[in-house]
Amino acid sequence: MNAYIAKLVAQRIALGLLLIFLVSIMIFLGTQILPGDVAQAILGQSATPESLANLREELGLNAPATERYFSWLTGILHGDLGTSLSNGRDIAGAISERLGNTLFLAAWAALISVPLAIILGLVSVLYRGRWPDKVISAATLSAISVPEFMMSYILMYYVAVQLGWAPSVAMLNDRMSLFEKLHAISLPVAVLVMVVLAHMMRMTRAALLNVMQSAYIETAELKGIRRSAVIWRHAFPNSIAPIVNVVMLNMAYLVVGVVVVEVVFVYPGMGQYLVDHVSKRDVPVVQACGLIFAAVYIFLNMVADIVSILANPRLRHPK
Amino acid sequence: MLGLIGESGAGKSTIGLSAMGYGRGGIELTGGEILLNGREIREASGRTLRSLRGAEVTYVAQSAAAAFNPAKCLMDQVVEASVSHGRATRAAAEARAVELFRKLGLPEPETFGSRYPHQVSGGQLQRAMTAMALCPEPDLVIFDEPTTALDVTTQLGVLSAIKAAIREQGVAALYITHDLAVVAQIADDIMVLRQGKTVEYGTTEQIITAPQEDYTRALVSVTAKAHEEKITDLPPVLEIEGLTARYRGMDRDVLSDINMAIQPGTTLAVVGESGSGKSTLARVITGLLPPVAGRITFDGRVLPAVRKRRTREDLRELQMVYQMADVAMNPRQTVGTIIGRPLRFYFGMKGREQRRRVIELLDQIELGEAFIDRYPAELSGGQKQRVCIARALAAKPRLIICDEVTSALDPLVAEGILKLLADLQAREQVSYLFITHDIATVRAIADTIAVMHLGKLVRYGTKSEVLAPPFDDYTDMLLKSVPEMRLGWMEEVTAR
Repeated sequence: MNAYIAKLVAQRIALGLLLIFLVSIMIFLGTQILPGDVAQAILGQSATPESLANLREELGLNAPATERYFSWLTGILHGDLGTSLSNGRDIAGAISERLGNTLFLAAWAALISVPLAIILGLVSVLYRGRWPDKVISAATLSAISVPEFMMSYILMYYVAVQLGWAPSVAMLNDRMSLFEKLHAISLPVAVLVMVVLAHMMRMTRAALLNVMQSAYIETAELKGIRRSAVIWRHAFPNSIAPIVNVVMLNMAYLVVGVVVVEVVFVYPGMGQYLVDHVSKRDVPVVQACGLIFAAVYIFLNMVADIVSILANPRLRHPK
Repeated sequence: MLGLIGESGAGKSTIGLSAMGYGRGGIELTGGEILLNGREIREASGRTLRSLRGAEVTYVAQSAAAAFNPAKCLMDQVVEASVSHGRATRAAAEARAVELFRKLGLPEPETFGSRYPHQVSGGQLQRAMTAMALCPEPDLVIFDEPTTALDVTTQLGVLSAIKAAIREQGVAALYITHDLAVVAQIADDIMVLRQGKTVEYGTTEQIITAPQEDYTRALVSVTAKAHEEKITDLPPVLEIEGLTARYRGMDRDVLSDINMAIQPGTTLAVVGESGSGKSTLARVITGLLPPVAGRITFDGRVLPAVRKRRTREDLRELQMVYQMADVAMNPRQTVGTIIGRPLRFYFGMKGREQRRRVIELLDQIELGEAFIDRYPAELSGGQKQRVCIARALAAKPRLIICDEVTSALDPLVAEGILKLLADLQAREQVSYLFITHDIATVRAIADTIAVMHLGKLVRYGTKSEVLAPPFDDYTDMLLKSVPEMRLGWMEEVTAR
């Protein structure tokens, strides 16, 4: 690792931190702009001017917005996300369990879909325009065209109800072994894989085909090297940057975009938790979830940028 | 070694690649025989072809910079064919590669292979590509314009390295080029091609000294023309004093303290290799890059350094023609629209009046009215460059900056463009600032010459002064590196 790369990577990390900071301001402002305040939301119909004033005093809502923002921010930096308004529980505790479940689901979906997408992309370039390419494209594109909830119910009906191979509701508890947990989440993982596969596979294919136009690919072919080796050894290393970018976007989607799938399979993840508390107008929980989702997005995109920097031979081996 | 020579589109590369059973861009070999070591390969299976490519026959591409994989170090790529065909172990292939690096005059041959393509120069990459082709000990090497993209001084070194390596390894070679003077130095036999047909085929000596066909005769004599130098004492149309320029973020000057002037109706040729700052000079004069210091006087008035502060009249009097005619035109506009735009912009001409003037300009560039509704894609390379010249001319400029306008063209087409420029100059009294790396072009068009090297003006004066001894070292080397159309020239030059 040379100094220039270290500088670029450090810059990218600093930018990521700055972005999270800006997003925290936006989330805070966003919830401030909403009509009414938390006190009104809690009391609802039963609000009287006195009870409102009392509750505001109790929640510290009378302090100026900047002061409240900074106390919220320092709380987050100390791992304190506040307390839920609807049930009075500590948000950090509730979220850490939920986030763990969501990441468990997302990680297994990613573990299956990313290598599968890249392999399918490589295979479709190898057989470009022939039947394997067409079958892969048709299958992945039809999978992405069906809405996720629809796909969930289809799988539930055939795989869970008719065949009885997997549970239709993805419930987890601490007494389950890893295998039992995987069995429990097999259907939601299958749906998520189908949702993200097409995008990543198409981008891998496009990035590879773009590189396959290069003169150095012709050079490799004129060396008499097998086409699969040409694609793997010469084309793939030069298409890592675009592939990583789309992979990271899809991984971010796996974390923050699984609300529908979690709700359909009654999976105890972040999405469920967020939807529950949005309906209860539980502002501190919504803020905390928003910030965590934003952080996941920013972190994964930062990783993508850093991988792209490290994959660039001009930066890795300066003159 | 057989030299294949011809213009672009003559079928040179197609022949070269067909020797490997390879058809670029879906080309199909529909008839005839290709025998490699006595084996017919035109209808050979993909598997057979793969076993021959990179083993019995190898390839050196025109642009080594593009032909090397940027993500892999040079050694990996040089030994790849030998190793994957099982012709040598990795260690043996690497030892041979180092030996070839040494023979081809590459710096630090032991460690050269660990570098990446972007870390070495264009000339070194071309040598490395030759090493890559020779590494599997093939029976035939195809060289496809290996020196065309190089500067003349670099070309000379690469050419003699290739020649020596080929001799020593005792392999057969097919050398493809459009430059007859180059192939005359290196080939035993020459085949002249035109539009996919053989024009003439004979020994190098016979083709150079006693060409039989008119076309070959035209090729042999193409560089022999020189133009009468014009000297006027009129006040200069463009005067550059103490010009210094650098790009943002760079710690050295790209141009330093440049002084030169162009008289009306004459041509100043700016000569230099890539990196000498000639194109930067054009950018500074046109106001695209404001200089750090210095003054540009046009027709007695000082030009603002920044383009935005120049008047429309300043812009009109100074036009530009580029090297790549096809990317300098909007492919979605017809020739009539392309030439009509400056007419409207500078003179407010519209409708019938504009059309009349466009036709007049098309006649001047010897294309005629029939071309007015064509799109750039329907034109040949030379015709495109003519349209670009007409577009510059439409503004009735005092000075046209021509940036390598003939470099991308075949020699006979380039000759036509130079003749057109000379005719236009005689008729319109326009001045040219002619940027080029080609000495033959300079001889054919220049009145005064400025030789540039690493951002400095090393020699400046009228053509007869600059091209006559005593020379400074750089100009001497530059002039000596230009291939001459006679046998044994390269041996003479490199012997010294």
